[in-house]
Amino acid sequence: MENQKPHGEFGLPPSENYTITVDVPERDHDPDDLWKDSRVFVNIGPTHPAMHGALRMCARLNGETIEKSYCEFGYTHRAKEKLGENRTYHNFIVYTDRLNYCSALINNVTYAMAVERLMGIQVPERAIWIRMICSEMARVIDHLICVGVNALDLGAFSFFLYGFHQREEAYTLIEKLCGARLTTSYTRIGGLMQDAPSGWQKDVKSWVARTREVVREMDQLLTNNRIWCDRTQGVGVFTKEQCMKYSYSGPSARAAGIDRDLRRDQPVMFYRNVEFDIPTGKNGDVFDRYMVRMAEIHQSLNIIAQCADKIQPGPVWSEDKRVRIPDKGVVFNTMEGLIHHFKFFMTGFEVPPGEAYTTFEAANGELGFYIVSKGGPRAHRMRIRGPSVWHYQGLSEMSQGAKIADMVANLGSINIIAGELDR
Amino acid sequence: METLLSLLSQIWASHAVLIITAIKAVLVAVTLLQVVPLMVWLERRGSAVMQKRLGPNRIGPLGLFQGIADGVKALFKEDNPPAHVFKFYYRLAPVVSLIPAYMTFAVIPFASSIAIGEHTISFQVADLNVGFLYIFAIASLGVYGIIMAGWSSNNKYSLLGSLRSSAQMISYELSLGLSVVGLLMIFSSVRLGDIVRQQGELLVQLGPLSIPKWGIFIQPLGFLIFLVSAYAETNRLPFDLPEGESEIVAGYHLEYGSMHFALFMMAEYINMTVAAALTATLFFGGWQMLPGLPALQALLTQNLGLVGTLADLLRVLFELGSFVAKTAFFLWLFVWVRWTLPRFRYDQLMDLGWRVMLPLSLANIFVTGILIYYKVL
Repeated sequence: MENQKPHGEFGLPPSENYTITVDVPERDHDPDDLWKDSRVFVNIGPTHPAMHGALRMCARLNGETIEKSYCEFGYTHRAKEKLGENRTYHNFIVYTDRLNYCSALINNVTYAMAVERLMGIQVPERAIWIRMICSEMARVIDHLICVGVNALDLGAFSFFLYGFHQREEAYTLIEKLCGARLTTSYTRIGGLMQDAPSGWQKDVKSWVARTREVVREMDQLLTNNRIWCDRTQGVGVFTKEQCMKYSYSGPSARAAGIDRDLRRDQPVMFYRNVEFDIPTGKNGDVFDRYMVRMAEIHQSLNIIAQCADKIQPGPVWSEDKRVRIPDKGVVFNTMEGLIHHFKFFMTGFEVPPGEAYTTFEAANGELGFYIVSKGGPRAHRMRIRGPSVWHYQGLSEMSQGAKIADMVANLGSINIIAGELDR
Repeated sequence: METLLSLLSQIWASHAVLIITAIKAVLVAVTLLQVVPLMVWLERRGSAVMQKRLGPNRIGPLGLFQGIADGVKALFKEDNPPAHVFKFYYRLAPVVSLIPAYMTFAVIPFASSIAIGEHTISFQVADLNVGFLYIFAIASLGVYGIIMAGWSSNNKYSLLGSLRSSAQMISYELSLGLSVVGLLMIFSSVRLGDIVRQQGELLVQLGPLSIPKWGIFIQPLGFLIFLVSAYAETNRLPFDLPEGESEIVAGYHLEYGSMHFALFMMAEYINMTVAAALTATLFFGGWQMLPGLPALQALLTQNLGLVGTLADLLRVLFELGSFVAKTAFFLWLFVWVRWTLPRFRYDQLMDLGWRVMLPLSLANIFVTGILIYYKVL
């Protein structure tokens, strides 16, 4: 029985990452059939324009239909979790940028929250409001990229650039905060690197208004387009049960009807104090994932507008001496300040023994940091729950029996970010 | 000197038609070659306008010489075919796809005829009596270049691309051919010159508005089918599956570089130009002047006091302008659609071709037949 062999028919060495889940029924083969084993085997990736990052899918094609496939990852592995055990807590902030680089700010915030929980530090109110605005802005950016690239992979280029333009505008606002656009490293343990410049809320609000317009325009351009509907409705269906089986979270799970959003269900920061809806889909196909993301952009914009109204002047960094980097004036003018500064950067700060797991609703799904401390300035264990890992496992099942073009649509719709997947 | 002159006049006397045709052929070929960089510019600047970008604006005024710079770059690039290709077919394929694209334009008339001396010059390289049958015959040769490229590249993605394109072109050629049958029945001719001339006639007079007998007015459904099929034939979005850059990387020209790749691009743009010119010729009156122009032409002729050949020249100029304007509009439509719509999936494309386009074009022929029988058309 040819098809029962687990790995042999691909002619490849066995791998840990096989996700072959559905058996192709055995066909009646004519013994003299010369074409019996002539199915085409293709590598889609790791260098393929539709693969977002270095992902690899090995697929056996019959015509254009994917008969069997498995996914591999690890091409961008940078040992982030191990680095977390060799760098001080402060050093590790920059590594969190490079997880999901489309929404670096959410990673910064979630990581800072994990360490703060471990140390029991209270963050000033203004810092929390700014963190919320940043998180939601990062979510909007991430969703704009996701729906844009998904459409781009299906040939709609202008749609992608409309969103991309607004993303650049958002990055300009973020640049005003921290001087960087993509890899922000904006949060510090116990607060923020620096306060928002004066008038920043006003800029944010006008950006929100403009983005609403643009998203509405994007919606008009694509949502009711017949070709787009044909390409996405009923494609890449992942039911509620399948989503649970693969531990899906975030918009991909909500598209299948799983009404779960950590911002509402495990509220952190001030999410209790703002009003927003959780859009959910029904069918769990590419179209629903697209619609959920489009609706979430509007909800995130609402949250940003509310935050911008509620934000008050005040400190943005906890006064806790352990985590607060001394001001430059103190460092350059006093001996104690200089020593404090030197010790902070050379040895890092002490974190009491214990463990903490912090999750937050990142743009893609549930992002978690699990930190085990045995005291000292470095984590004993650092583990990251990147939602893309779980989502990527389902790609093979999602694309079973679909066309190559559908596989591309599926991959775009679950928004796999290689930085977060491989870590 | 005198002997040379007399020799020349002798040659002229005996081979005048040949010489005129040769000049026309060279002119058309050179003009078509110029359309390619212009279209590349239009495509890039046009898409930039739609997407809030600038597009290429560095070389020449408004970046107009960008195409030339691209061409020079392609020419100077090393021609380095990969080791695993079948060299002979690999090199042949771009040429095979470019030449049919050129040949098609031969039968498209771009102005009415003009009398100079005893010779009547028609502005059409060859007024073949098989007319657009010739166009379909030559246009279907274009697929061979794509199949050759996909096969000789010895690459799975290229092969997928060429498989897609052969299936696509064959399916849509059918509806493309059938969509103009209605027109053929009405005009009772396949000569493009005849068809254009008959489109100048009056169809119906609505008060001050006179509707000419353009193809679009008598065959609206045929026009729609023709337009869609033409997009599929030229492999443009939403039917650019043979290239399908995000699915099968670049399809049939994946393994090509330097000028070989540029030849494929040229073939695509020339195919587009032919499709646009053909749409204008069959459904929009070809060189028939745009509304308002005949009055302007009459005014100019009267005021400048032009007579004879000069007046004819002015008329030809107006007709040429109308033809170019119509073609340019359809070229712009190609660009417009490309940057607006997403791409079909392979099986949806086939569905559309066989289950929608083909029955519709057959129904169109049937209805046209009935209308002709009852003398409505």
